This record gives sequence, structure tokens and C-alpha cells, in this order.
Amino acid sequence: MKANKVITGIIGSVLGLLFLAPFYIILTNSFKTKKELFMNTLSLPKGLNFDNYIKAWKELDFIKVFFNSFLITLISIVVIIVFASMAAWMIQRTNNKIANLILYMFIAAMLIPFQSVMLPLVRLMGNLHMLNIPGIIFMYLGFGSSLSIFLYHGFIKSIPRSLDEAATIDGCNSLQTYIYVIFPILKPISITVALLNMVWIWNDYLLPSLTINNEETHTIPLRIFYFFGQYTKQWHLALAGLTLSIIPVIIFYFFAQKQIIESVTAGSVKS
Amino acid sequence: MRRSKVAFYGFIAPCFIAFTITVIIPFIFGIYYSFTDWNGIKSDVSFIGFSNYAEIFSDKGFGSSFLFTILFAVASVLLINIIGFTLAIIVTRKLKIQNVLRTVFFMPNLIGGLILGFIWQFIFVKVFAMIGDATGAKWMLGWLSTTETGFWGLVILMCWQMSGYIMIIYIAALQNIPTELIEASKIDGANFKARMKHIIFPLIRPGFTVCLFLTLSNAFKLYDQNLSLTGGAPRNSTQMLALNIYNTAFKFNKMGQAQAKAIIFFVVIALISLIQVYFSKKGEVEL
Repeated sequence: MKANKVITGIIGSVLGLLFLAPFYIILTNSFKTKKELFMNTLSLPKGLNFDNYIKAWKELDFIKVFFNSFLITLISIVVIIVFASMAAWMIQRTNNKIANLILYMFIAAMLIPFQSVMLPLVRLMGNLHMLNIPGIIFMYLGFGSSLSIFLYHGFIKSIPRSLDEAATIDGCNSLQTYIYVIFPILKPISITVALLNMVWIWNDYLLPSLTINNEETHTIPLRIFYFFGQYTKQWHLALAGLTLSIIPVIIFYFFAQKQIIESVTAGSVKS
Repeated sequence: MRRSKVAFYGFIAPCFIAFTITVIIPFIFGIYYSFTDWNGIKSDVSFIGFSNYAEIFSDKGFGSSFLFTILFAVASVLLINIIGFTLAIIVTRKLKIQNVLRTVFFMPNLIGGLILGFIWQFIFVKVFAMIGDATGAKWMLGWLSTTETGFWGLVILMCWQMSGYIMIIYIAALQNIPTELIEASKIDGANFKARMKHIIFPLIRPGFTVCLFLTLSNAFKLYDQNLSLTGGAPRNSTQMLALNIYNTAFKFNKMGQAQAKAIIFFVVIALISLIQVYFSKKGEVEL
């Protein structure tokens, strides 16, 4: 039994190192000069040479694209949390034919892949003059609604109706009941909804690539795509850019990994 | 308790409007466009019946994309589930380093597919070539320049990205198995293999169904990784369905035809998901 555990530990460690290897490779190579990289891609860099990073930082316009990604992700999440929880609460509490029909529509739409609607969507949004940041946030609300409402709906089922009724007796209208009584109780599921949508929106490439034409509003994945096309033969710069783009994700992961893993489990098992 | 209609529609409206405009209307329009000669340039489109669909069946590019996607799905679904399950077994055996290992295995899943594809492009093209040159291992040379290496490149990339995710779901499934059952089987003298076969496998079936179809629909919908790792090269032979639809629309400006492909794509994905629901409901072991 003891020996078994040691062997498992060794296999686990080897696999762990294998999983880390790509990170190690891009990190070490991002500090090399073009010549060093050409000579050897497995050695350690000769020193901590930040030239690649300085150039990549400038070329990516990193602060600006980071801010764009941050802004779009943050506002989209806030909008999704507020509106999806409101809708889910109203649907669950009303629970008549119309409410259920609307719920099934949201759930059934999860079957539709993005590629099946993207062409008419871009045309429609173009006609509405919404190929811009507010338009993107609007679209994230539209695409994020289904899963978010579904998750909220499941959670709200377990909240006793007597809470709503008590608030009504105390003189609260629907909006006040939602704000003061319901929304605070939803906190755990709100965190799940926020994290699931965050991973998706932060990393999304296709929707921004179809809707953002203005360089000023590029998100990180979009800018990386153009940057990479430009420096495809200059791996030392490309790798510095790629490393820069994943640093925020890794930092966030180390702070919120427990919640992220719980959310992902909840999201996948329920859907 | 009655609520006013105003409150009902007021609360649902924001999501419903956004959802209708971004999903429902484009979906309905999409079905219509798939029967037109829409090319993205002229503003009026005319109805041309089933010719887009008819053309797709004689389109060799789409056929080979379809086949490539199916082969990719089979290979990646099998490997991701085997690796993911193995990882789950490893990190649930009460090792000291199990939390570190979980963190490491799950990490690639949070990085965007586009960026992952570029990272692996470097590994396959530069690092593999260097190791191949140094050791004389011929199979490590020329990665991503042939259909086979492009295929396996995509499979390896997806295994790296998704195994940790699948591991998390298997961990949840494994932890749902009552410890008394495991203990009882040990007392009865069942070895590891017997426990796997008679207790663990039957009881993690729900988790297995979820994982199987999650990986399957992800494999079918793959786009970002395909674009950044191979871009369809060489000669579009590693182009998967989603990329084929995109290129039909934006490289060849055949919007109507791309939309017809997108409808077929929808039918395939929807079928996969519905079969999943059917199998999840059926044949799960009750305790």
C-alpha cells in the first residue's frame, strides 16, 4: 500500500512536470535574443533580458488592450449577473405557462453553436450600428443569458417563497424585494455565474474579431492574433507577448483557484 | 401571490431582448439566408432554394473537414477522458502533493484557445525540431507541416487543455462514492482492479456521460485552437468544420453557402447534445 502510494506520487509528479513544461518553455525562451533562441530552445536564457518584453509591451499597447479586455469582461459580468438573476427569479416565482415557455427557450438555445448565428448576427448588429463596445456587451448578455438564467433558476428553487411574502407584507414592491431580500441570498451562485462568464468572455476571440474593427478597442486575444501574424518569424518577441497575455490569468487563478474549480464543476455538472 | 404583469415583463425584458436580438432573430434569419445567394456585398439577397445545400454535398473541402473533425473528435474524446480519469485517480489517493497537482493540471484550461495554439505552435515547430535534430528522432521533425502531425498536434493541444477540466468532474464523481462501499470491498478482499470494475466504474457513470459529451461537443466546435495552431495548413487538410464555415463566409464571400453549412453544423451539435440527455437519463446506477 505504501509502495503503491510512492509510485502514484512519482507518476503524478512526472505528469505535473509534463503539464508545466509548455509554460517553462515559453517563459525561458521569451528572455532570449533571436540568436540565442535559434541556437537552443531548451537551454536557460543567459540572463534576464527584458528587451523582448519592453518591445512586446509597446507593440501590443498592452495597457490599452488589457484595459479594453478588463472593461468589456467586467461590465458584461455585472450586466449578466443583475439581469439574469432578475429574470430567473421572476420566471421561477411566476411559474405559469408563459414563464416556463420563456425558460425552455433560454435552455433550448444552449444547443445553438455560435457559428450558426454569427453571420446574420453581424449583419443585424451592423444595421443597428452596434458593432462597438456597448454592442459587444449587449451580445455577451444575449449569449450569456441561457446558462446564467438556468443556474440561477436552479438555485432560486431552493429559496423559500415565504421570504418573498414576508417582504411583500412589510411593504416592499418587487424591485425592493429583489434588491434587499433575494439578491444577497444569491451570492454563492452569483460567484459561480461570474467566474464561468469571466473565463469565457476574457478568452473569447471570435466574437470580438467579428465585431471590433477599431484598433483602439482591441481586446487581448484580438491583439495577440494580429501581433502574432506580424512577428511570426520572430519568436522571441511573439513569446514575450504570449507570456504577457497569460500573466493576468495565472495571477488571478492563484488567488481564486478554489472558487474557479468549484464553479467549473457546478457549471458543467448542471448543464 | 399575484405580481403585476409590468413587474414580470420588466424583470425579464433586459435578458429577453438581448437574447432575442443576438440568438433568436439571427437563428431564424440564418435559416432563411441558407436558402439565398447572400454574398455579403450586395444588399439585396434572392431566394435560390436548396442549391446551397446541394452544393455542399459536392464540396470536397466540406466533406474532408467533416471527416477530419469526426476523426479528431474520436481521438481527442478518448484520450482526454483516459488522461482526465487517470489524473483524477492520482489526485484522490491522499498524496501530500495532490492539491499542487490539481492546480497544475487544471491551469491550462483557463488560458484562451487562441493563445494556447500559438504556444504549441512554437513547441511543435521549434522545440520538437531541435530535440529531433539533437537526438536523431526523425518523427519529431517537420511537425504541423503534414496532415498527420497537424492532427496529432491538435489532439495533444486539446489533451493538455481539457484533461484537467475533465479531471475535476471525475473527482466530483469519485467523491460521491460512499467510502463504506470501498471499505466493504477491501474487507471482502477485492483488489484495485476488481474495485474499479465492480464499484467505481458503475458508480461514476453519470460523471462519465457528462465528460464524454462535453469533450465531444467541444471537439466538434473547436475553432480558436484550430485557427492559431495550424490555420488549416497544409492545404486546408487540417481545417475543421467551424473554420471551414468561417473561411467560406469571409475568404470566399459565400455567405449563403456558409450559412447553409452553419445550419448543418447546428443539426450535428444539437443531435450530439440530445443524445447526451437521452443517455444521461438512461441506465445510471441508483444507490
